[in-house]
Amino acid sequence: MAEELTAVDHPRAAARFVRDDARAHWHDQALWFVRVKRDRMAQSLPEWETLRAKAAEIKAHTVGHLAEYLEQFERQATALGATVHWAADAADHNQIVLDILQRHGVKQVAKSKSMLTEECHLNPFLERHGITVVDTDLGEWIVQLRGEPPSHIVLPAIHIKKEEVGELFHRKLGTEAGATDPKYLTEAARYKLRQVFLESQAGITGVNFAIAETGGIVVCTNEGNADLGVSLPKLHIACMGIEKLIPRAADLGVFLRLLARSATGQPITTYSSHFHGPAPGGELHIVLVDNGRSSILGNDDYRRSLHCIRCGACMNTCPVYRRSGGHSYGATVPGPIGSILNPARDPGKYATLPYACSLCASCTDVCPVKINLHEQLLTWRRDIAAAGKLSWSKRAAMKVAAAVLARPGLYRLAGKTARFFLRHLPRVLLYGPWNPWGRQRELPRAPRRSFREEYARRPKP
Amino acid sequence: MNAKEKILAAIRRQSPARPPLPSLDGDWIAYPDAHEQFAAALQSVGGQVVQATSFVDLPGVIHQLPPMEQAAKIVCTVPGLPLGNCVLDDVPDPHELADVDVAIVAGRFAVAENGAVWVEAGRLRHRAVCFICQHLVLVVPQDQVVHNMHQAYQRLAFAEPGYGVFISGPSKTADIEQSLVIGAHGARSLTVALVAGWDGGSVPPGGGLG
Repeated sequence: MAEELTAVDHPRAAARFVRDDARAHWHDQALWFVRVKRDRMAQSLPEWETLRAKAAEIKAHTVGHLAEYLEQFERQATALGATVHWAADAADHNQIVLDILQRHGVKQVAKSKSMLTEECHLNPFLERHGITVVDTDLGEWIVQLRGEPPSHIVLPAIHIKKEEVGELFHRKLGTEAGATDPKYLTEAARYKLRQVFLESQAGITGVNFAIAETGGIVVCTNEGNADLGVSLPKLHIACMGIEKLIPRAADLGVFLRLLARSATGQPITTYSSHFHGPAPGGELHIVLVDNGRSSILGNDDYRRSLHCIRCGACMNTCPVYRRSGGHSYGATVPGPIGSILNPARDPGKYATLPYACSLCASCTDVCPVKINLHEQLLTWRRDIAAAGKLSWSKRAAMKVAAAVLARPGLYRLAGKTARFFLRHLPRVLLYGPWNPWGRQRELPRAPRRSFREEYARRPKP
Repeated sequence: MNAKEKILAAIRRQSPARPPLPSLDGDWIAYPDAHEQFAAALQSVGGQVVQATSFVDLPGVIHQLPPMEQAAKIVCTVPGLPLGNCVLDDVPDPHELADVDVAIVAGRFAVAENGAVWVEAGRLRHRAVCFICQHLVLVVPQDQVVHNMHQAYQRLAFAEPGYGVFISGPSKTADIEQSLVIGAHGARSLTVALVAGWDGGSVPPGGGLG
């Protein structure tokens, strides 16, 4: 499916999000709560930093030997009785999945969380071909019923209030009007989705890790929806990006210790399921998808973004993500990692994302596989400017700044002028709509003299 | 060129650094009392541990569990354990398990650091029973508690086709406003029964996922 052509305007979308001040604060707090839980878990393990280092080394090794590991994985998975498919892009992937489903006469699929299938826009593609897809992760189901994409890769419905879920379920499931109790609402979803699990003729899952050495795949959920979805029907389709590979089963010891602790502050997900070949009498299809990953692999600046295990920790900690909401990024993967991965696929469309960042580096600090996120974000700004993808206002501002900074006299004059106006301009002029720096904050009290002037006036020995 | 050749060629055109694969040896966490830590970790994720002093005592221990009081349909797949009224091998279609109240299944070992139990469902006729039941009881030999996940993977070989899962606590979600709700799609409760003086019955040695 063709990508939307309109460029994502993150500042404008974020402005819409923060217009509802109370909600923006609520969103911020909800994510910070998850960040705090993550910290508690990380601090409970003395070897946390060793684990991060090992994970980064394993990923760097895997990316450096990816072709060999993919071939090994295919050999091993095939020997176990699974069928491995290769998809160069999203269109390939969707067609492969559709062909398998049509061959089995499937009318309805129970799908568990897979950011890859979101990235490929699989659901609308299958729906166009008459196949019903039900997202069975509760958060994903909520956003699917609302007709919107997830706003977070681990917490898809983090932007939605329980009152809104209650209203949605009242309309779609006939729950009591005004009901907002999460327990009651979850119970209603459990009842309804149990019917979906029992009726579906196939299950689609994502893949958290694929083991080259054994040909197995590992899927992690808390709800048990992936396992229910694939253990009732005979057909299991698992869709994965080629970067999900790890060399050895024993490497899971490192990654499973990091994943849930980083994602939600749990010691491990409730279910960490290891599929080695199909269930007796069933079929397991594994679709390996490139969709731009091999070209990221060729770039020294951005290669490490392929280490990502999709835990979402960088989102939970990001001051911009927390205050602008996942939808403001206009992409399947939002937040710091999304602001690196999406421009790699389309720098024009996603040119504003690397600027949705204060370069505070908190994302880099929490990343369980040690991706240098803030450095890559800065590098993207350079590349976007070099490619001429900057907006005219940013280009003009840069030109002015460059001219002023290159001329000391002009720089001093500019400083003097700014200090004068900051001290003497009436509030109504200073805080007008023309000054974005005066919104939601008090400007600093400007000193009479600059540091340079003070230094020149210092008592001389 | 087909998609596979295209992808592999695209990868091989690049020449990233090829650092070695690190060793997984490390000074990984070990607890003064692995059983105590396991019980605490399991409790923190919403499950509970019960102890049986012997395999003979196990039925009595399980009978006292609250989910057993109202249970109408019980599946037990632990060899030699005289519990349950529905034999999994006699069920032709896993969809018929939708009304199972309690499933009692053997786990091979438990992990202290995260409250997880390794369950090999390859030997079960329908692995769905672990997820579709309302309440799950996992039976694990008491001396089979490892400290951390590295030790756990040392016990797993994955030499044959099969399915295995770490289960840590009951099914849960926090997708509505980060409010934790136990019992999302899978089991509403998880009890791990640690059994002293039991070798795990006929669970095969050596990690085979039969």
